[in-house]
Amino acid sequence: MATSRSDGRLSLGELVSCLILWAAVAYGQSKNSCLDCHSNLPEPLGVSQEKFSQDIHAQKGLTCASCHGGDPTSDDPDKAMSRKAGWKGKIDRKQIPQLCGTCHSDAAYIREFNPSLRTDQLSQYGTSVHGKRLAAGDTKVAVCTDCHGVHDLREPNDSRSTVNPVNVANTCARCHADASYMSEYKIPTNQFAEYGKSVHHDALVVRGDLGAPTCPTCHGNHGATPPGFASVANVCSTCHVFQAQLFDSSSHREAFASAGLPGCVTCHSNHGILHPTDDLIGTDDKAVCTQCHTEGDTGFAAAGKMKQHLVQLATSIDNADQILGRAERSGMEVSQAQLDLAQTRDTLTKARVTVHSFNVARMESDIKPGLEAAGKDYDAGNRAMAERNYRRVGLGASLVAIALVLVGLRLYLKRIEG
Amino acid sequence: MSLRRSLRSWLDERFGWDALIAPLRKKTVPLHRFSYWYFLGGITLFLFIIQVFTGILLLLYYRPGASEAFESVQYIITRVQFGWLIRSIHSWSANLMIFTAFAHMFSVLFFKAYRKPRELTWVSGVILLFLVMGFGFSGYLLPWNTLAFFATKVGTEITGQVPVVGRPLMIFLRGGEEVTGATLMRFFGFHVAVLPGLATFLILVHVLLVQRLGISVPPKLEAEWEANPSQKREMKFFPNFMLRELMAWYVALGVLGALAAIFPWNLGVKADPFVSAPAGMKPEWYFLFMFQTLKLIPPKVWFIDGEVLGVVVFGLIALLWLFLPFFGRNHPSRSKQWITAIGIFALAYMAGMTIYGHFAQ
Repeated sequence: MATSRSDGRLSLGELVSCLILWAAVAYGQSKNSCLDCHSNLPEPLGVSQEKFSQDIHAQKGLTCASCHGGDPTSDDPDKAMSRKAGWKGKIDRKQIPQLCGTCHSDAAYIREFNPSLRTDQLSQYGTSVHGKRLAAGDTKVAVCTDCHGVHDLREPNDSRSTVNPVNVANTCARCHADASYMSEYKIPTNQFAEYGKSVHHDALVVRGDLGAPTCPTCHGNHGATPPGFASVANVCSTCHVFQAQLFDSSSHREAFASAGLPGCVTCHSNHGILHPTDDLIGTDDKAVCTQCHTEGDTGFAAAGKMKQHLVQLATSIDNADQILGRAERSGMEVSQAQLDLAQTRDTLTKARVTVHSFNVARMESDIKPGLEAAGKDYDAGNRAMAERNYRRVGLGASLVAIALVLVGLRLYLKRIEG
Repeated sequence: MSLRRSLRSWLDERFGWDALIAPLRKKTVPLHRFSYWYFLGGITLFLFIIQVFTGILLLLYYRPGASEAFESVQYIITRVQFGWLIRSIHSWSANLMIFTAFAHMFSVLFFKAYRKPRELTWVSGVILLFLVMGFGFSGYLLPWNTLAFFATKVGTEITGQVPVVGRPLMIFLRGGEEVTGATLMRFFGFHVAVLPGLATFLILVHVLLVQRLGISVPPKLEAEWEANPSQKREMKFFPNFMLRELMAWYVALGVLGALAAIFPWNLGVKADPFVSAPAGMKPEWYFLFMFQTLKLIPPKVWFIDGEVLGVVVFGLIALLWLFLPFFGRNHPSRSKQWITAIGIFALAYMAGMTIYGHFAQ
């Protein structure tokens, strides 16, 4: 029965044998004896099957042996963890970037899994403060696994990833907010606390804007380093383009440089950047202008003028908003005027940006059309309220007329019914 | 001879005018402590006339179509002289008309005015009530704002739950699978042509039946008057009752004017089919008791889909309600009691569910 056929087709027996052989080979290839033991070991040697299955590498088909070497197909621990089989054991911290770079710097290999993934992480790391200090023998600095995790490493766009935009500040803070850990580096450890109060943190965590800046946005990720004195403005300008252009063309650029002041952060701070208000400008105690300008100088007068313009426009917009709100609550149709007011608010935003030119005349060119538009919006609200009053007077007159007719009808009925 | 007399004699020579209006001269209205309830039907008629007039005026500027409807209503209330007043009166009058129609129906129910020989007056009245609700449902979509769009979506979806005919009916109402400009065109057609035609015909039938059969007297009072005819009191329809009805119409007009001027009907935001439905959406108050009931029914009742069960039960109740005068005719006194009980329960249920639906999240 089970003989090879001359027509080239397999007999049933041959087919079963082939399937058993294929299953045995496949079993041997997929077998990962490491987890058989390590899933039962306590931390730090323990790695459960469940934990490892969450790892992006495991999901892409890599095994323990891909990083640690050895023979995962063998049930014998001595064979599985033999140097002969290439077993490396626990990876030395100094070697971790190089080990990760084995694959992550290989563009051809990475392309097989994710063609859009960059492959310059290792070279970037070499330029970072972390990388330089590691090369100098400091093993306390962050290596790949400190930020990305190990054995349950997730893609950055996974919300559970330690390097997801929402989580990465916490990851950095694990070291940078630990005063005792950072004591030997003589750098502040309040960055995370300050960032937590900032407008950027509010945008990212409270409003859920994943484009809002977090630590790596300004410092870089693999090439993390504090922005240099001269490059702070460049960092901010990647998002705040107009403000940076206006500042660069203003007289403050030279003045700040000669006074040794670092651009944007001089007025706005760095990690704890609060939501800017009009109080930042002007001549009172809260205004940052008074840190340099004193009464009598032209900058002091200009700061006062600019504050006055901003307050005037903001007040006009508020007044228009209030009267339109009252008209709307009275049932008047003012949606077009409210739409116009939203555009007027844009002129206030534009004027607040123009502050960075520190040029009063330039700012006035934004304020003037804004004031005119706010005036029109206020007039629209006033007209709506006048119309509301006109309607109510008309209603009163109509009700009086109706009441008179009712009285007349009642009297007539009384007369005819005697 | 005065102009009035010459005109009357001119009409009489040609159409027999005096003979034509003779029954109206003799027509009387029973006078008792519940006579005020007789005004409700007339007020509903007055509000319907207001709807027709204001509707015609709105038609001068309204443009149906998904890209124009909202803007045309916006134009009416902001640019057209007294357009805001006409639109606001149309909307308020619609709501008041539905309210007075319900009140009229319950007054007829509790005073047993539907009993023989007025069964068909009841049937035509209940159909008119359904038509009035149809006016409300179709007219609500016409401004093409967000609330109207999603209310129509939900409302037509509920229609789609009716077994067998539900889905074809939903597609017919929507003019397709979804609520689109085609739905708006259909609803516009129903609102300004089909429903007014049917309603006008039925109002004529209803009023003619009232004229032909006279005005009903509550059974207890009728029995007293039969036992003691000297107690019977009546009022002439012309001019005594008509002038009183006119006073009621003036009061309704004053209420309408006050509501329209102090609380102009809101236009809302233009419908956008691509945004999600606003949270906590509810239908207009006159559909709220049904909507809230459907919300409270579990998804599955035994093996039947809860929503389907709700729609079927409401459909059956509407059908039974329509033919209410024909039940229990063999035992009039016993049927009177249970119909009163059902009426009280229905009124309490509708009021309770409407209030619950209004405050429910």
